[in-house]
Amino acid sequence: MANTTCYHCGDECGKNGVQFDEKEFCCNGCKTVYEIFSSNGLTAFYEIEAKAGTTPNELRGKYDFLDNQEIVEQLVEFNEEGVQVVSLMIPSIHCSSCIWVLENLNRLHSAITVSQADFPKKTIRVTYKTEDFSLKTLVLLLGSIGYEPNISLETLEGKKNVVDRSLIYKLGVAGFAFGNVMLLSFPEYFEVEEFWLDQYKGVFRWLMFAFSLPVVFYAAQDYFISAYKGLRSKLLNIDVPIALGVLVLFLRSTVDVALDLGSGFFDSLTGLVFFLLLGKFFQQKTYAYLSFERDYKSYFPIAVTRLDSNGNEENIQIHKIQKGDRILVRSQEIIPVDCILIKGTAEVDYSFVTGESQAVFKESGEKLFAGGKQQSGVLEVEVLKSVSQSYLTQLWGNTVFSKDKASQFQTLTDSIGKRFTVAVLTIAFLATAFWLFHDSSMALNVFTAVLIIACPCAIALAAPFTLGNMLRIFGRHKFYLKNTNAIERLAQIDMAIFDKTGTLTTNQQETILYEGVELTEDETALLKTTLRASNHPLSRSLYDILKSNAIMTLDEFQEHTGKGIEGKVNQHSMKVGSATYVGKEASSELTHTAVYVSSDEDVKGRFVFKNTYREGVKELFDELGTQYKVGILSGDNDGEQKQLEKILPPQAHILFNQKPEDKLECIEKTQKSHNVLMVGDGLNDAGALAQSNVGVAVSENVNVFSPACDGILDASNLTKLPVFLQLSKKSMQVIKLSFMLSLCYNVVGLYFAVTGQLQPVIAAILMPLSSVSIVAFTTVCTNLLGKKLK
Amino acid sequence: MSVIYVLLAISISVALCFFAAFVFSVKKGQYDDVYTPSVRMLFEDELLKDSDKHAHNKEKIKQTESTNQ
Repeated sequence: MANTTCYHCGDECGKNGVQFDEKEFCCNGCKTVYEIFSSNGLTAFYEIEAKAGTTPNELRGKYDFLDNQEIVEQLVEFNEEGVQVVSLMIPSIHCSSCIWVLENLNRLHSAITVSQADFPKKTIRVTYKTEDFSLKTLVLLLGSIGYEPNISLETLEGKKNVVDRSLIYKLGVAGFAFGNVMLLSFPEYFEVEEFWLDQYKGVFRWLMFAFSLPVVFYAAQDYFISAYKGLRSKLLNIDVPIALGVLVLFLRSTVDVALDLGSGFFDSLTGLVFFLLLGKFFQQKTYAYLSFERDYKSYFPIAVTRLDSNGNEENIQIHKIQKGDRILVRSQEIIPVDCILIKGTAEVDYSFVTGESQAVFKESGEKLFAGGKQQSGVLEVEVLKSVSQSYLTQLWGNTVFSKDKASQFQTLTDSIGKRFTVAVLTIAFLATAFWLFHDSSMALNVFTAVLIIACPCAIALAAPFTLGNMLRIFGRHKFYLKNTNAIERLAQIDMAIFDKTGTLTTNQQETILYEGVELTEDETALLKTTLRASNHPLSRSLYDILKSNAIMTLDEFQEHTGKGIEGKVNQHSMKVGSATYVGKEASSELTHTAVYVSSDEDVKGRFVFKNTYREGVKELFDELGTQYKVGILSGDNDGEQKQLEKILPPQAHILFNQKPEDKLECIEKTQKSHNVLMVGDGLNDAGALAQSNVGVAVSENVNVFSPACDGILDASNLTKLPVFLQLSKKSMQVIKLSFMLSLCYNVVGLYFAVTGQLQPVIAAILMPLSSVSIVAFTTVCTNLLGKKLK
Repeated sequence: MSVIYVLLAISISVALCFFAAFVFSVKKGQYDDVYTPSVRMLFEDELLKDSDKHAHNKEKIKQTESTNQ
C-alpha cells in the first residue's frame, strides 16, 4: 500500500489509508465524499479532473449560528415565499471538477434549484427552497463534500457594492464610434473628385460629427475630469495634454465641417479615445478572488455563543456583544473581544496579533485580548470591551489604513507629462507666432495642428501596456499585485524589511531537538504511548518523530489542560508538559517552545521545537544584500538572533519583540531615508505593510487570510523576490524606451503640423501607427524580460 | 441618388442594433465572469450521459416489474 495516492484528494495515503470500492483513500473524510458523490451519480467528478477533491474538515457545531434567523437574513440576497438566494465564497474552488460538482448540487438535495459558480471570484450563487432546507444545511452539505464556505464578519457586513462596468461601456461606445467614423471617412481619404461624392460629403461629415459626440462627452470624460483635478491642484499630469488634444481635435473638426474647410479629424479623435481606453482596460487586471483590503473582519467569526443568566446557550452576532456578557470560546476559535477568563484553562496562540509563535497560558481571572486563538478546551469568559473598542480592532483606527498609496505617488508618466505639456505648448506658440508673421491665415491652422499631432497617445499607452503585461507575468509566477502602480513603487525600493515568523520560517514543518539525559527504550515506549492519548498539537508532532514501536496499554492517563499529560504503566509514570508541571524550575530563557519530560518524577530533559527557515532564505539574502539594505522586524523573542545573523548580510538591522505599533513606527522612521519594502504575513504586520512604500504579504495558501497589502506572494516563490524587484526596474526602462520611440513619431508629426501641411489622412495614419507600434514594442520587451523568471 | 440615404440608414441601424446588444449583455453581467462559461459549456454531456444511465436503469426495473406481472 506504500506510495498510493488518494483517489479523492491525491494526497499520499500513508499508514492510515482506507480502501473502499476498490479505490484508495487517505482518510475517512475523503472516502465519505466519494460515497456521497457515487451514490448521487456524480462520479464524473473524478473523470473531469483526476484526484481533484478537497478533504472535508470537521464542522460540528461551527455553523450553529446559522440557526439564528436574523443572521441568515443578512447573509442571503433574496428571501421571499420560501425561496432564498445566497452567494457564498468558497476558497477551495480550484478546477473544472469543482465547477461541475458545485453546479450540480441539485443532485445532492432536491431543495436546491439552481447553483452557479463564478470561478474567477471563487463564489457560488445558490437558489433553494426553504421548505425542509436551510442555509445551515446548505453550508453543512458543502462542508461535507470538501467545499466549506468562508463566512466571516466581512461577509456579513457585505460590501454588496455594484460592479463598476463604466469602463466597458465607454470602451464599447468609443469602439462603436471609431468603427463607424472610419467607414464614413473612407471615401474622403482618396479625395475622389467625383460629382456625387462631393454632393453627399455634408451628410457623411455631419454623421461623423454625431458619432463623435458620445465619444467626447461620455467616453473621454475621465480625461477631462482628471486634467481638471490636476490643474486645480497645480499639477500637469499626462491627462492635461490628452484632454487638450481631444478638445482641440473636436473643436477644429467641428469648425472645419461647419465652414466646409475640410473633413475634420473625427477618425483620429475617436481612434485616439478608443486606444487610450483600451490601455486603461488592459491595466485593470484584477485578481477577483484575492482581497487586498482585508482587515480583522475577514478573520473574525460572525457570531458567538452567549450564556444567559440561566446558563442557556444562545448564538448572537458579534456586534451585539456587550460589556459584562458571558460568552463561550471553543477550541480553535478566535477570541473576539478583550475579556476576563472565568472558567477553563486558556492556551492562547497570539501569533496573528503579535507574531509570537509560542502559545500563552492563562488561568481564570486573567485578562485575554481579542485576536488570540484558543488551542484546546472550552473557555467561559466575561466581556470587558465591545468588539470595536478592543485592543486589536483599535489598531485599525490608525490613519495609515485609510491612506491611498497609489494617489500619493507620482508615476513616471505623470512626471513626463509635465515636461511634455510645457514643450508642446512652447512649440505651438512659437509656430503660431512664426505663421502670424509669415502668413496669418495659416496661424490658427498650425496652432491646432500642433496640439492635435502632439497629443501624447503613445506615451499614455506605454505605461499601461508595459506594467499591465508585467502584472500578468508576475501573476503567472504567483506574485499577485494589487495594481500596476505597485510595480512602479517596487522599482524604487532600496530597503527590504522582513518579518520572521511565518515569513522567513514555515509553519509546515518543525525541527524537534532533545536536550537532557538520554531516555531508555522503555521510557521512550512509555512516552510514546502517553503521547498517543493526547490530542494536543505538540503531542501529535512529538509522537510522529519518536522512534518506538512498542505500544503499551496505559493503566492510567490524565490530561491537565494547559499544563501537560501523565501516563502510568506498571508503577512507572511519565509526565510530559510545561516546565512547572513536570517539576522543573521554569527556565529563565523562554526563547523556544519546549516540552519537558519526567519519568517517575525525575526530570529527564526537554524537547525543543524550532521553526525551520524556508529553503533558499540564505541565498535570498545573499542576493538582496548586494543591492538593497536588509532588515528584520520580528514580534518573537530574540532566541533566534544568532541563527539569523548567520543568514543575513553583516550590516543588517535585526529587531525583536516588536509589537504591531512598534513595527509601524520603525517603518515610518526608516522611510525618512529609504523607500521601504515590507514583507510580512500576519495581522501583526498589517500596520507595517500599510505604512511601507510597498507591502507584500507572504502566504502559503493564497486563498486564506492575508492582511491588507499591495501584493500577495506565494511562499514557494519567496526566493524569486530579487528577480521580481529587478524586473520592476527593467519595466521602467522599457517605458522610458517607449517614450523615446513615441517622441520620434511626434517629431515626424510636428514637422507636418508646423509646416502647415497636416492633412486629416496623415493624422489618421500616424496616430494608430504610433499606438500600435508602442503596444507591440512593450509587449515583446516585457515578455522577453519575463523569461528570466523561469 | 438618394438611395445613399437609405443605405446609410440601414448600415447605421444595423450597427446600432449590435451596439444595443453589447450594452444589454454588459448590463446583464455577461462580462463579469468570462472564465466559468467556457468550462461550463463542456459539461452538459457528462450530466446527460449520467442521467441517461439512471433513466435506463429505471426502465430496466420497470421492465422486470412488468414481466413479473
